[in-house]
Amino acid sequence: MAETGRLTRTAPAAPLISPVLLLRAAIILGVLAVWEFLSHSGWLYRDVVPSLLAIGRALADLLGNSNYYFNLGVTAGEIAAALAIGGLSGIVVGIVLGVNRFLAKAFESYLYYLGPTPKIIFFPVMIMWFGVGPGSKVALGALSCFFPVALSVAAGMRGIDKVLIRVGKSFRLTTMQMVWKIYLPAMRHPLINGVRLGLGVALIGTLLAETKLSNKGIGFMIIQAYSVFDMPHMYAQLILLFVVAIGANALVGRLGGLDKVKAK
Amino acid sequence: MSAVAPARPAPRPSPLFAYAPALTGLATVVAFFVLMEVLIRVGVISRFIVPPPSEIIGSFYRVITEEHVFRRFLLTLGECLTAGVMITVFGVAGGVLMHRYKLLQQACETWVAAFAAAPVVLAYPLFMVIFGRSAWTIIMIGFVAALPPVILKTLEGLSGTRKVLVNVGKSFNLSGSQQFWKIMFPAALPTIFVGIRLGLIFALINIVGVEFLINYGGLGQLINDLAERYDLAGTYAAICFVILVSVVFFMALEKVERWLRPVD
Repeated sequence: MAETGRLTRTAPAAPLISPVLLLRAAIILGVLAVWEFLSHSGWLYRDVVPSLLAIGRALADLLGNSNYYFNLGVTAGEIAAALAIGGLSGIVVGIVLGVNRFLAKAFESYLYYLGPTPKIIFFPVMIMWFGVGPGSKVALGALSCFFPVALSVAAGMRGIDKVLIRVGKSFRLTTMQMVWKIYLPAMRHPLINGVRLGLGVALIGTLLAETKLSNKGIGFMIIQAYSVFDMPHMYAQLILLFVVAIGANALVGRLGGLDKVKAK
Repeated sequence: MSAVAPARPAPRPSPLFAYAPALTGLATVVAFFVLMEVLIRVGVISRFIVPPPSEIIGSFYRVITEEHVFRRFLLTLGECLTAGVMITVFGVAGGVLMHRYKLLQQACETWVAAFAAAPVVLAYPLFMVIFGRSAWTIIMIGFVAALPPVILKTLEGLSGTRKVLVNVGKSFNLSGSQQFWKIMFPAALPTIFVGIRLGLIFALINIVGVEFLINYGGLGQLINDLAERYDLAGTYAAICFVILVSVVFFMALEKVERWLRPVD
């Protein structure tokens, strides 16, 4: 009985036209219809709400354009570098703060309160330190990424079962061995969650910096489409960017098994 | 007697010992600034990249008196509070609606959660096209970026109302609206405020960031202005000032939240 229950629930045929799906379709269609109506109504300035057809054409144009992939590569490289620098330093600082109560009491509140401050305001400083090229964008992304990773890892360290740490000590593991064999595996969920948050803010930091001052990258393409008032292309860029950002976020969560944690 | 002695709790640490971590933290920060001052004076670090801390502190007064900091602060605060009122009204209403109509919740909750991970602030050129280069652009970005946590937390608070409380309401034969206003809403209030606090933090980050990016309005613009004038010490001072303001803002929000949550 239980077996059949599970089978029917996993079968895709049953919920094919469930009310939820219907409502979702209705909402999407409704939004698209209102959009198309607004675009043809002439109530707003021309092109502020371009027709869906124009956006679709711009999307296709963008996806078939090698220039887009070049800029996407530049931005992806910057974000990866930011994540590597900010994430690794965040992990190291987080482990140190998690192990040592004294240091945690001394410094963690600084991290905690500096974490949610707006990082983009450091951009003028980063330009002076690292130049106008990709360096300053990577630095801003790394700075944004550092705080959530460090705080998450520090909290994760304190959440590790003390028994595991004692096991490691009784095996006389070195510090590096402790980190690799005990700490990191035992706190993978807070770690992955920290990396997920870090990736989100690194992406925002890097791209915002690109919109402010750059000559390549996705942020540059968006602001250029804005400055020549090419609205369909700007919408297309933003749609692609949102899809990539939300997808990357979901992917990191899935790879780290966070979806299973929540389900429990 | 002697057998009991080791089990006694350790003697109460002296007050100086209790403050040792905080003092260490503070001393490190001070030492860092002194070190920077020395390195810059000696010439290891160019004073045209990092002005000496003493010069930054000296320019605080100049920036505050000459740049209308107080008026800018009020402007940014006003934008934040406007966005705060909007996220409270629309976010709580959205959460209540989704709680009332389960179908809506099933259809949209994952969308809202995904939207919370979307880098909304990157769409600021889009908001500029729609709202012009005005305070409304800034407020609307703060509003849209900060809305999801309020909706999600309202939903969480309402769904998490303890069964006992709901049953008490039922035993008193409360009507639907009475049940909501006398039982569900008060029980959910602390969780809702967590959402509003998160929302206000997001709003502040985004508002200051966008002010900086589009060079309009309050504290964010101040930094952009000073950086464009190449007033280095002033730029650093303004960044410190903005960080200070946001930290005070978070601390105040935490105080209010603790006051709202007397139990646990």
